[in-house]
Amino acid sequence: MIRSIWRTPDKDLTDLLRDIALVCVADALVGVSFGAIAVGLGLPLWLPMVMSLVVFAGAAQFLFIGIVGAGGSPLAALAAGLLVNVRHVPFGFAVADVLTGTGWPRRLAGSHLMVDETVAFTLAQHTPARRRTAYWACGAGLFTAWNLGVVAGAFGGRAVGDTDAFGLDAAFPAVLLALLLPSLDRVGSRRAASAGVAIALATTPFLPAGLPVLLALAGVAAGFPYDAGPARRGPGPHAHDHPHQDRPPNPVHEGTSR
Amino acid sequence: MNTGLVAATAVLGAGTFAFRLAGPALRSRTTLSARVEQLMSTAVVVLLAALVATSALTEGHGFSGVARTAGVAVGGLFAWRRAPFVVVVLAAAVTAAALRLLGTD
Repeated sequence: MIRSIWRTPDKDLTDLLRDIALVCVADALVGVSFGAIAVGLGLPLWLPMVMSLVVFAGAAQFLFIGIVGAGGSPLAALAAGLLVNVRHVPFGFAVADVLTGTGWPRRLAGSHLMVDETVAFTLAQHTPARRRTAYWACGAGLFTAWNLGVVAGAFGGRAVGDTDAFGLDAAFPAVLLALLLPSLDRVGSRRAASAGVAIALATTPFLPAGLPVLLALAGVAAGFPYDAGPARRGPGPHAHDHPHQDRPPNPVHEGTSR
Repeated sequence: MNTGLVAATAVLGAGTFAFRLAGPALRSRTTLSARVEQLMSTAVVVLLAALVATSALTEGHGFSGVARTAGVAVGGLFAWRRAPFVVVVLAAAVTAAALRLLGTD
């Protein structure tokens, strides 16, 4: 579990920002395709741009324009989009530490930047300061990249075409997976995640989008019993793959403590 | 149709914002035990794992296809072998793109 190369905090920060930049570039390309698809479906030019600013959640946005573009009612599209976005409630509880202790303006702005990738990048950091950096850098970077991409796409992004041809649809689950893996080092997390994945996959054929992922939360029960664990600095589980000066001297893993 | 679209977009934005704000707003009023905090972090791990699985394997209500699934699997393999993040992401994208180029979707 221990890397052979000692990485200085500054090198870690550079790596983090480079990784975030990569996701921003990929996200901008998906934004271009979102803008282009929305306009291609015959939807008004303002819709993808305004929606990206005020909703800022890719999956819900694609679902929304897909339903409206196919002739569905805005009400149906709204219900589907809201259902897909309910997952931000548990996300918010988990990353609240990076937003509390700041004033209300920052908390409001920060909350709006909460998307899957922001949460995943935050989860993968080990110190409160680095969690904060990851959250704000990823959130602000993605917000900028996504909206610029959507504007470009809406005004003639046909040039980019189908981003599936570049494999971007495979890149995004891989991004989340790479950020998630270090958190699966505890037996309890692994059991809970496996149960959640099974529930989500089993219910996807029958239920509307968004619901299977919410039902997956029942998998948390499969992780019991949980150890109290080592002294914690933040709500995120610690990644144990990097040696770090300030990590607890003897982290207790569920797997080794029983 | 436009009025409906404007309203739906506005409500989706407001509703999503309310979802996002709920956690930070409620957390600032309460102190949680270490056990509840661990439950919450496990909940996020479970949610993200379910998102990875559904976005990798499914599209709508069916199978997403061989190319995307293989791409995510190759990316996951690199991540498990502790390859740099950039390598993981590019491996996933290149695998899926190459399979499609070869006619496998």
